[in-house]
Amino acid sequence: MCASVKYGSRGPALIPRMKTKYRIYYITLFSVVLLGLIATGMFQFWPHSIESSAEWSLDRRSVHDAPLVRIPMSSPIPERGDLSCRMHTCFDVYRCGYNPKNKIKVYIYPLQRFVDEVGVPISSTGLSREYNDLLSAISDSDFYTDDVSRACLFIPSIDVLNQNSLRIRETAQALAMLPRWDKGMNHLLFNMLPGGPPDYNTALDVPRDRALLAGGGFSTWTYRQGYDVSIPVYSPLSVEVDLPERQPGPRRYFILSSQTAIHREYRVELERLKEENGEALLLLDKCSNLSQGLASVRKRCYKGQVYDYPQILQESSFCVVLRGARLGQATLSDVLQAGCVPVIMADSYILPFSEVLDWKRASVVIPEEKLPEMYTILKSIPHRQVEEMQRQARWFWEAYFSSMKAIGMTTLQIINDRIYPYAALTYEEWNNPPVVKWTSVNSPLFLPLIPPRSPGFTAVVLTYDRIESLFRVITEISKVPSLAKLLVVWNNQNKSPPEAIDGLSLDQTHMVERSECINKFASVFATMPLKVVEHRADPVLYKDDFPEKLKSFPNIGSL
Amino acid sequence: MQAKKRYLILFSAGVSLILLFYLQGPASRRTPNRGDDPHPHWPPFSDPLQAFIPWDQTETEDYNVRASPRHKRDDNSGASKCRMDSCFDFSLCRRNGFKVYVYPQQKGEKISESYQNILSSIEGSRFYTSDPGQACLFVLNLDTLDRDQLSPQYVHNLKTKIQNLNLWNNGRNHLIFNLYSGTWPDYTEDLGFDIGQAMLAKASISTENFRPNFDISIPLFSKDHPRTGGERGYLKYNTIPPFRKYVLVFKGKRYLTGIGSDTRNALHHIHNSEDVVLLTTCKHGKDWQKHKDARCDKDNAEYDRYDYKEMLHNSTFCLVPRGRRLGSFRFLEALQAACVPVMLSNGWELPFSEIIDWRTASVIGDERLLLQIPSTVRSIHQDRILSLRQQTQFLWEAYFSSVEKIVLTTLEIIQDRVLQHNARSTLMWNQLPGGLFTLPQYSSYLGDFPFFYAVLGVKPQQKFTAVIHAVTPLVSQSQPIFKLLVAVAKSQYCAQIIVLWNCDKPLPAKHRWPATSVPVIVIEGESKVMSSRFLPYENIKTDAVLSLDEDTVLSTTEVDFAFTVWQSFPERIVGYPARSHFWDSNKERWGYTSKWTNDYSMVLTGAAFYHRYYNYLYTHYLPSSLKSMVDQLSNCEDILMNFLVSAVTKMPTIKVTQKKQYKETMMGQTSRASRWADPDHFAQRQTCMNKFASWFGTMPLVHSQMRLDPVLFKDQVSILRKKYKDIERL
Repeated sequence: MCASVKYGSRGPALIPRMKTKYRIYYITLFSVVLLGLIATGMFQFWPHSIESSAEWSLDRRSVHDAPLVRIPMSSPIPERGDLSCRMHTCFDVYRCGYNPKNKIKVYIYPLQRFVDEVGVPISSTGLSREYNDLLSAISDSDFYTDDVSRACLFIPSIDVLNQNSLRIRETAQALAMLPRWDKGMNHLLFNMLPGGPPDYNTALDVPRDRALLAGGGFSTWTYRQGYDVSIPVYSPLSVEVDLPERQPGPRRYFILSSQTAIHREYRVELERLKEENGEALLLLDKCSNLSQGLASVRKRCYKGQVYDYPQILQESSFCVVLRGARLGQATLSDVLQAGCVPVIMADSYILPFSEVLDWKRASVVIPEEKLPEMYTILKSIPHRQVEEMQRQARWFWEAYFSSMKAIGMTTLQIINDRIYPYAALTYEEWNNPPVVKWTSVNSPLFLPLIPPRSPGFTAVVLTYDRIESLFRVITEISKVPSLAKLLVVWNNQNKSPPEAIDGLSLDQTHMVERSECINKFASVFATMPLKVVEHRADPVLYKDDFPEKLKSFPNIGSL
Repeated sequence: MQAKKRYLILFSAGVSLILLFYLQGPASRRTPNRGDDPHPHWPPFSDPLQAFIPWDQTETEDYNVRASPRHKRDDNSGASKCRMDSCFDFSLCRRNGFKVYVYPQQKGEKISESYQNILSSIEGSRFYTSDPGQACLFVLNLDTLDRDQLSPQYVHNLKTKIQNLNLWNNGRNHLIFNLYSGTWPDYTEDLGFDIGQAMLAKASISTENFRPNFDISIPLFSKDHPRTGGERGYLKYNTIPPFRKYVLVFKGKRYLTGIGSDTRNALHHIHNSEDVVLLTTCKHGKDWQKHKDARCDKDNAEYDRYDYKEMLHNSTFCLVPRGRRLGSFRFLEALQAACVPVMLSNGWELPFSEIIDWRTASVIGDERLLLQIPSTVRSIHQDRILSLRQQTQFLWEAYFSSVEKIVLTTLEIIQDRVLQHNARSTLMWNQLPGGLFTLPQYSSYLGDFPFFYAVLGVKPQQKFTAVIHAVTPLVSQSQPIFKLLVAVAKSQYCAQIIVLWNCDKPLPAKHRWPATSVPVIVIEGESKVMSSRFLPYENIKTDAVLSLDEDTVLSTTEVDFAFTVWQSFPERIVGYPARSHFWDSNKERWGYTSKWTNDYSMVLTGAAFYHRYYNYLYTHYLPSSLKSMVDQLSNCEDILMNFLVSAVTKMPTIKVTQKKQYKETMMGQTSRASRWADPDHFAQRQTCMNKFASWFGTMPLVHSQMRLDPVLFKDQVSILRKKYKDIERL
């Protein structure tokens, strides 16, 4: 305002000339900016016709459009996995570097279609639905980076989830052809079905140099502790069937066996158990009368009676998960989803995510040779524990088994925790279901310490105006021998200390305010942390018929 | 007016420019990436993809054609590496439980003091058996601790000596302890003899040689490490904020050349002589001068300027870099001093890694990232420092403070493997009071122990079981036991009453007992000994036990009040009459007093609430030597119980208020046959105290000056407003 007045008071003769000059200038400037704005708007909100014409359309991409890579016969094959690999020997930690967020960066190779010299693909399925889900979940997560030079972990887009569909030699060659392979350093492979007939190795047979393996079905002989990650075998039923959570409690059956490919020796033993214990056991098998097909996967039979799978799992307290030819079984995932406590019988099996999950709280692991004693062993478990295990089993499924995304994220988090161990998730964070997280109490001062008198204590006196009583408190409390420091908090910002107003505690609004405070605090804590007790701590000889002189705290009783 | 318009135009142009920049910005920043890489994210594929496991393949692993699964299991036993399944004979443990046999010591065989401590710890434990036929685990009488050929402790010809043992059986079910292996220059982890299928409990073991769930990594301890008891941790109180004078310290030798020297040689890079003080000396061995480098003189001078003890006590973090071998003494020293260890020893399988979650008590660094260590430790939040520090103290006192604890932890880990599904869970090992006091045979459910209520968010049961210890025959209806039965049964929290008939007279007829609203179960003690009052009877279904003498006088109100107090402190003993202990410096022994004093450390179990788990612990944890002493004297059982509970909780017992008359009863004025009237009784209790303290290796009792009274107790308010009025009425 001031400026314009000043300006206006200058010579009026100049204004018309200046005006036209300025006007043209301003109009030009304004229209340029406006045009630019419109152009940007178009660019931003137009459905990307300008760019994507050159590339694949985002919503119409097909795996068949991925570039084809031909593997020469003589292409190098990586070495077999080195059993002595550990994070400090086979993993290049410098790539991860120090970062304030303590999060590793993961890069995913773009999809390529590998074929051998005559054009046969290296895998019969190509990219599977599950591996695609896994990779897109990782790509959407905080771990993901598209910058290969900043990545700490590399994930090939070559799908090795199921070894059965792979040509081992060619797959290995394809891995070695990856641009950043470098002896498999910092590469992570996901595999759920390792080995093949007749021996069924417990780890992926594809030679893979130093690559980390997230494998389902590791045994203690192939698992490199602290290097590999043991993952579950994903069950496709997880998405197909919606099983609502059931409250923990007693179920119709005690033990249920739902697997169809059980070795006949074990089936004989299970049947013997069934004879001994009758109705408590339910032994299901394939339905022989149903036609083969997708529907038959979801049915189980016992003596002609048909049951729906996996719904039937919810009717039992314990569900048997026996080893098949492989140690890892997809049934485990179904059983957990149903909130049934898995009875795992697979000797030397490394349980999924055993590095962080406390399986003792969610399952019963019994050696295979103790199968005949299964019933007695399970009967000896207290009811309350069974209920807790049922709840825990369901929670494990929800958090770590329910989708390929959950499996992938858990795997990456485990590796992340190894690289930044000081920022790792705690046991409680991994294992406590939400119910426990809300109700449990973890005191920050958990060590039972009885501090000595020597450092004394600090007295904090909160005051609001009342000088007289403040001085009285100060004189009294300063007589205490163990007082180390006295801190007065003057709580009245409007008044200086000398003025005194009496009767704060007599003020009726005081109590009302305090009640309001309590309600406010309780709503912030989302629960009422205060507990009501009926006891009070007094000195040992408090009010006892005993010479006052001999009491340690004589004044307390006499006041 | 004109000027105003101009400014308006200028302003709007400016706004448009900013908008333009804002909109264009992200777009232009994004485009170059698109140009470089056609896959900024994993693209959504539209074509139907196959499942990784075709539905017809789900259950058709051709398993049934294979040989018996039993064969498959046995296949692995030929492998060179061992696992419990393949190298351990579980059947030996099934017959007699987990028993450990130590080969008898032979004359002329020299055994180091440390190994002698290990052997006597085993022999003093409840696992020991002198009969090899009952044993499940065997421990050698040959000192295998020091396998460094240059060491004076080195035992020669171990190979032949071991082969000559008749029970050796290629090391099956044998446990070999070792602290040092290999020698200069390469320090291999080879013991110099064939261990066969024996398990190794070894210090400084590397992850490459470690056979998971078979070997056990133990900490390196010095020959001065106490056999039992052991010093407590140095942390006396928590300070908030938890920062100390130094952030990170280290003081130790530097090896100029050879294996493991790189890390310590590089420490000076992060030393700043202010809050990061890392000191090394080149002086060790005779000819250190020969290898001396340019930094040695400066380092040595700096080294002498600081006192190690002072640094240890005043630092938040302590560096534990590898020495020649992976483990070093610095580790236990830091742990005891509540100085959070920062491990710098790549490939070291940390002590008891099978059960201890070391992330909660240490910072695991990487030798390759030495230069990042200072910023890493500085970035740790103070809440976490506080919890790391407390955890070091818990772990030190639970598993490391004495040779006995190290040995017992080793044995318990192996026992857990034998117990299989009954083994302890991670929580039991890593939470107070620790695995040695949490016996998994009692229950596999965490909520059955008094220690995990808060962690699991559950509460103890709202009922208790009273156990009355009866030693005098029933003569008249006016006997105190009748009054007691009626009073206790009236309590709203009482579930049942168990009368333990430890009297020589036969059981009285059923109708002689008073009629009560709660069930009264009479159990005839089999051996009629004192310890039987703490047997974990199956009839006790409630979490709380009210232990009573037959001549105890209690009112219903007192019982009710004490029980509500116990619910707040379920892991402690809550009772009425209290006693105290003191150190008698003239006699150099512990003294016992029943005088009215201002503090106490025990409450008598003639009238006390405690968790039923302590019955189990008393019966199965304590050695038979102490229990038989109690039985022979018919005395001290309450002292032993107090010792036990205080050793577990490290906290004092709790005394609640009681009516005055109770004291006189207890002093034996009214009851004729009371054992309290016996003059020897008191002297015996002194002896007991000292015997117990020597077994525990320390005095576990803790003094308290607090008594818990009802909230309005003896306050000047109307008696009608008080809930526990009867306690005040005499």
